[in-house]
Amino acid sequence: MNLKIKVWRQKNAKAKGGFETYDIKDVSPDSSFLEMLDILNEQLINEGKEPVAFDHDCREGICGMCSLFINGRAHGPDDDVTTCQLHMRKFKDGETVTIEPWRSGAFPVIKDLVVDRNAFEKIMHSGGFVSVNTGGVPDGNAILIPKEDADEAMDAAACIGCGACVATCKNSSAMLFVAAKVSQFAKLPQGKPEAARRARNMVAKMDELGFGGCTNTGACEAECPKGISISHIARLNREYLKAKIKE
Amino acid sequence: MTKLNSNIPGGPIKDKWTNHKANINVVSPANKRKLDIIIVGTGLAGASAASSLAELGYNVKLFCIQDSPRRAHSIAAQGGINAAKNYQNDNDSVYRLFYDTVKGGDYRAREANVYRLAEVSGSIIDQCVAQGVPFARDYGGLLDNRSFGGVLVSRTFYARGQTGQQLLLGAYSALNRQIGKGSVKMYNRHEMLDVVTIDGKARGIITRNLVTGEIERHGAHAVVIGSGGYGNVFFLSTNAMNSNTSAAWQIYKKGAMFANPCFTQIHPTCIPVHGEQQSKLTLMSESLRNDGRIWVPKKMEDVEKLRKKEIRPADIKEEDRDYYLERRYPAYGNLVPRDVASRAAKERCDAGFGVNETGKAVFLDFATAINRLGKDVIEARYGNLFQMYEKITDDNPYETPMQIYPAIHYTMGGTWVDYNLMTTVPGLYSIGEANFSDHGGNRLGASALMQGLADGYFVLPYTIGDYLSNEIQTPKIDTERPEFKEAEEAVKQKITKLINNNGKKSVDSIHKELGKIMWDHVGMARNEAGLKEAIDQIQELKKDFWTNVVVPGTSDEFNQELEKAIRLADFIELGDLMARDALNRSESCGGHFREESCTPDGEAQRKDDEFAYVSVWEHKGEKEEPALHKEELKFEEVELKQRSYK
Amino acid sequence: MSLSGLFLMVFLVVHLTVNCFLFAGADAFNTAANFMVTNPIIKVVEPILALGFIIHIAWSIVITIQNMRARPVGYNKLNQGKNSTFASRNMFVLGGLVLSFLAIHIANFYVKIKFTHEVGEAIVDGVAMHDTYTLVTNLFTVWWYVIIYVIGAIFLGFHLSHGFWSAFQTIGFSNDIWRKRLNNIGRAYAVIVAGGFALIPVYFHFVQ
Repeated sequence: MNLKIKVWRQKNAKAKGGFETYDIKDVSPDSSFLEMLDILNEQLINEGKEPVAFDHDCREGICGMCSLFINGRAHGPDDDVTTCQLHMRKFKDGETVTIEPWRSGAFPVIKDLVVDRNAFEKIMHSGGFVSVNTGGVPDGNAILIPKEDADEAMDAAACIGCGACVATCKNSSAMLFVAAKVSQFAKLPQGKPEAARRARNMVAKMDELGFGGCTNTGACEAECPKGISISHIARLNREYLKAKIKE
Repeated sequence: MTKLNSNIPGGPIKDKWTNHKANINVVSPANKRKLDIIIVGTGLAGASAASSLAELGYNVKLFCIQDSPRRAHSIAAQGGINAAKNYQNDNDSVYRLFYDTVKGGDYRAREANVYRLAEVSGSIIDQCVAQGVPFARDYGGLLDNRSFGGVLVSRTFYARGQTGQQLLLGAYSALNRQIGKGSVKMYNRHEMLDVVTIDGKARGIITRNLVTGEIERHGAHAVVIGSGGYGNVFFLSTNAMNSNTSAAWQIYKKGAMFANPCFTQIHPTCIPVHGEQQSKLTLMSESLRNDGRIWVPKKMEDVEKLRKKEIRPADIKEEDRDYYLERRYPAYGNLVPRDVASRAAKERCDAGFGVNETGKAVFLDFATAINRLGKDVIEARYGNLFQMYEKITDDNPYETPMQIYPAIHYTMGGTWVDYNLMTTVPGLYSIGEANFSDHGGNRLGASALMQGLADGYFVLPYTIGDYLSNEIQTPKIDTERPEFKEAEEAVKQKITKLINNNGKKSVDSIHKELGKIMWDHVGMARNEAGLKEAIDQIQELKKDFWTNVVVPGTSDEFNQELEKAIRLADFIELGDLMARDALNRSESCGGHFREESCTPDGEAQRKDDEFAYVSVWEHKGEKEEPALHKEELKFEEVELKQRSYK
Repeated sequence: MSLSGLFLMVFLVVHLTVNCFLFAGADAFNTAANFMVTNPIIKVVEPILALGFIIHIAWSIVITIQNMRARPVGYNKLNQGKNSTFASRNMFVLGGLVLSFLAIHIANFYVKIKFTHEVGEAIVDGVAMHDTYTLVTNLFTVWWYVIIYVIGAIFLGFHLSHGFWSAFQTIGFSNDIWRKRLNNIGRAYAVIVAGGFALIPVYFHFVQ
């Protein structure tokens, strides 16, 4: 396949960025999207140019590192996949492919397509845990958990923290990310005692960091590579209301 | 030989850990506050150690190269975690888990460490449940188990096909709590480039801020390396793209000896390489072999037609198919251990029967199982894996057989540590896949997660206290000391050299060359001539790298090519050590198969009288050859047997 | 947004119910309208209703500004049609359009009845009251008013098609099962309310 790659280039956080267009030839349709970028970078290096910086690591859709906005969609045109699992057969020969970084005030660009997602970390520090120390915990089977609850908690826990929800949300809201964690723990007896407090703290942190509010468009769910349901946002809202009523 | 003291406590094996804990020193809470610990790596081992140590009151500085601790490659483990809970009442016990692990490791692991691992395995499950890890449960609300990796009991706990992810997120959540409290200082996007020793003790590290390029000094009373394995030496592996050996390699060069580097695990069920543009290999869960049958055509003409796509796999008649695992190993069939299945696939492909264009793939066929059980049952068992396969290959495994080929997956070798997980450098520890301690020559399925968390939650927090109890008089480490300056200078020189090299070859192109040498000669089957050739080729490649590599950009910015170049320099040197170790160990053992050492029918032949030891390599300087030390392995609890799967 | 929205949705139901009396003839509608005007409860609710509108509008402006600020640099290429509905992405615009319609609507009726007194008198069963029925029927003899009211109803329908379910989601009353139900109920509600309001001008223009 031959393609035109229109990609966002930005030297560093402070520099002004812009698009560059590159021609790339003989890409195998069986290549993954990131392998296509590898080829582009190899080509740029051979031409004495600087390669395009992009985040990636596991390349099997679980680490959450890759984060590209491709042809107007987070993680590109395929559904339920991360960028690393997107394959070139989803594109047409001769097509122009536009690649942009995640865009959100809370995710400043570090370089080219790499953004700083430290805001997610800060949200997690504010409450994304169950307060237990190592050791001194009851036996794993001491508390029975209905299978349905464990399964629903697992659905939420599948979040890989990639930020596609923020990138695609018209409001740059991190609600799905926060909801996935709050809902996972709220659904389990271990996380219940702190459920309302957790919701309040994490939402407050999210607002403080400049993420937008949720207007329930559902775009996050549609673009989430793990298909996390916005029903978890409803649970977050319940826990949040509980916390507010208690105050 | 004097340097190696494994510090295994005396007494019966079942009392060793208990007695040891009772006898080692502890640090008072007031003194813990004064002590700093550096941890490198945030996988299962690093994250669990950091949170546990911070809970105890130590000041922890934690480093990872990714933008978040949650990205560490532990996240990608699929299958599960073993624990000797005996919840299924199938006569599992600490002893049985210990025995299986020693036997599965082909009798090259240290008994006392493995027993301790089995002993604390149950507590890991309890800990993770308390953290909110959503393990699979049955309808009664109890934890579910499955059997895994050819053992006789069901002791594997799992969270769908994402057990590693969930366990890591559990440790990550504990870590977040400590970061929020300020007891762990987190350094994301920081790479350790050297360790600093003062008067023989580890006292700090030199790091590069990957965003700004700044070289930084960090001091501490102890340094812990949890940076994972070195499978990426092969370029193509199931490891993450950024997984590297640099932390482990830098401490090797500063005196921490490296054990059993040749012990690498090859996983039989990975998606085959599609071509030269491939960057990484994807693992398909081993559980697929429970229902899939592995075969290649018997006739070469069928192979040729398959490659030209003139016929489909289903067109080949039953009597023209070679179910080679069922043929060679009638007792275990398709369920033989990973190393055996991998070698058998390679044997068929080397004989020319590989079924794809590259000649490096065999079929994993579910047609029989679908006929017997129905498509619904197969979908319920493997639906997500089939879907993943189809996303990657565009083939529907319900209709046509999967194609698989072995790939590098895990490295059993690593930094040598004693019973306390301390390396040969005092105050320097190594945990998780980065150390060598528990898996011997071959790791059993669902044991890697167990080991990482055992080290981090339940072993290191105790043993490090014994060392630190003697450090309570040591003030904060002064990073202005000459040792820090020297280390920083050396790192800067290396970076400057790479940036100014201006060669013609990209880092990846050289890495691919290294990968080819390693795969061809230090891969699934090894022999003396090949290994010697590999050592020569690697020496050539090393020269080639330092003269011809090109690293675009500058050192004081976000520069991924520079990161890769620094890591590749270390991979090249490690590759050399792996070949040397493989050359020395002229037996076949676990993941290490020497063609010279096999039974008349081509099966692996261990040589216990010659090689029942850990090969421990000491760095002697850039120009010198490394020195081999041996830690003799004494087996008091288990009897050494040759494995047979016929 | 959700609480004020839910309140306004209840109002719409009441409003449409009263309007339905239009189909029953002049006396029925005038009686119903008179009941609404003279009922003491309505006197209390009326300012609350106004407040509900004000909160709904003011808050929407605040959060829209906040949400726009959350993404200082936008995308060059954006393809949201695949992941969300048109209405959900354009609630503020639709709300603004509904508001413009509301201004016309208030000028047509509320102002004429309450302030300029441009309304006749009708006597039903001996009780004197405003002849609101004639006000309505006269208005809808003008064709472009009919069009304005139909378009206004369509905007309202789109606004409600997202707003109904969204309000329940925000107060936490939703899960995977209820979400489908609420979505269906919401769509039905939007079609009934918008259809009902649109039917009146069309009916009076063409049928009467």
